[in-house]
Amino acid sequence: MTPAFELDDVSVVAGSVTILDRVSLVIDSGMITVLVGPSGAGKTTLLRLCNRLEVPTCGTVRFHGDDVAALDPLELRRRVGMVFQQPVLFPGTVRDNLLVADPHAGVDACVDVLERAGLTAAFLDREGAELSGGEAQRACLARSLLVAPDVLLMDEPTSSLDELNAKLLEANTVDVVRSGVTVIWVTHDLAQAERIADRMVRLEGGRVVG
Amino acid sequence: MVEVFARSATDIGWFGLVASLALVAIVVALSIAQQLGLERTIVWTAARAMGQLLVVGAALGFVIDPDRPIVLAWAWVLLMVVIAAATVQRRTPEVRPILPLAFAGISASAVVSLGVIFAFHIFPMEGRTVVPVAGMMIGNAMAATVVAARRIVGELADKRAEVEARLALGQPWQTASRPYVRAALRTAVLPTIEQTKIVGLIALPGAMTGLILAGVDPVDAVKIQAAVMYLVLGSVATTASVVGLGLTRRLFTPDHRMVRLMRSAS
Repeated sequence: MTPAFELDDVSVVAGSVTILDRVSLVIDSGMITVLVGPSGAGKTTLLRLCNRLEVPTCGTVRFHGDDVAALDPLELRRRVGMVFQQPVLFPGTVRDNLLVADPHAGVDACVDVLERAGLTAAFLDREGAELSGGEAQRACLARSLLVAPDVLLMDEPTSSLDELNAKLLEANTVDVVRSGVTVIWVTHDLAQAERIADRMVRLEGGRVVG
Repeated sequence: MVEVFARSATDIGWFGLVASLALVAIVVALSIAQQLGLERTIVWTAARAMGQLLVVGAALGFVIDPDRPIVLAWAWVLLMVVIAAATVQRRTPEVRPILPLAFAGISASAVVSLGVIFAFHIFPMEGRTVVPVAGMMIGNAMAATVVAARRIVGELADKRAEVEARLALGQPWQTASRPYVRAALRTAVLPTIEQTKIVGLIALPGAMTGLILAGVDPVDAVKIQAAVMYLVLGSVATTASVVGLGLTRRLFTPDHRMVRLMRSAS
């Protein structure tokens, strides 16, 4: 199977700071790869290279064998969804939020992604602002799933959640992977990494160290 | 012989001008009594305003003289646009360089609004109408441009997480930024709309006051004021839109990423 992502000698430099330093890495499809490492190790930047919210200063990032620099970034982002560290819901109901991802989505498709993310159809008409942190993050997961991505980028998605909600989101994500989606999960929580990782990649000071 | 006392409502004479400085003296006295430390600033500001206005008055007299070619008046308008654009650049340190964009925005609004005013013969195209009408339009357009530029940067910086979440869903930058740019443009245009709404209820606007002081029939003054008001409204909306769209384009890369934004403390 073609790897989901291949990073070839990738560096990211911002001003005088080297965030990623000549990173080469292969991310296999159909599994959860967890990027671990302390704050400032370059985990989030590496993740953002995958959906081109950042671009490398040098080196190449390939998605299913194609250089992402040559792909349409909008098309790439529909195939590579992202859940951010803090749940980001737009004003309106959960349904309004889902329709931002796909304005033509029907009720059945919306309910399907909600259930995959561990929520029920009753959430469709709930105001986003009224959801708890855990519910909001699962709504964000559902929103990302609505465009049927090949890959999901999870940027410390449980950092603002309590333990129970964190474990629920982990379980939802494992189910998502079973449905064929590749997941790259960033965390600094080693215990969490060991719970969910099919493969663990350790970053420190912008380099892959294990 | 130089007239010392007021001759009419349109000529207060030099004595009238000096007498009006009594009000500045009162402000200075208040500043001293309240220990505000603003005396020097007030005196300097009053003197500077007087000097500027005298120079402008003399130059304006030259430019709007009906015997001189109207191209002089248009050159004056161009100078005002350049100064306004430079002022926008100075007041928006968050987005440099904005001078070309501000110049384009204010020029576009000048072409549209003055075009309507003179093409429909709302005012005759003479030096004495071109310069003051353009002045009012450019002044308001400049203020709106500053607000629009600062609010757009502020909104997008504040809502960066939301904008990036939209981009990550595959929205193009135009769509991802739209709700926030719209909010910023509303902030820029709303004060002019509010002013238009309450016009005459709280304060008589400047052009109308001047005309009534000059002895024009109040109903005629109202007609002129209304035309000016609509001109200002149109120019503010046009400038804010042009600058808003141009500036937002600069805050994103062609591959739909958001650039890092600087926010001003002030």
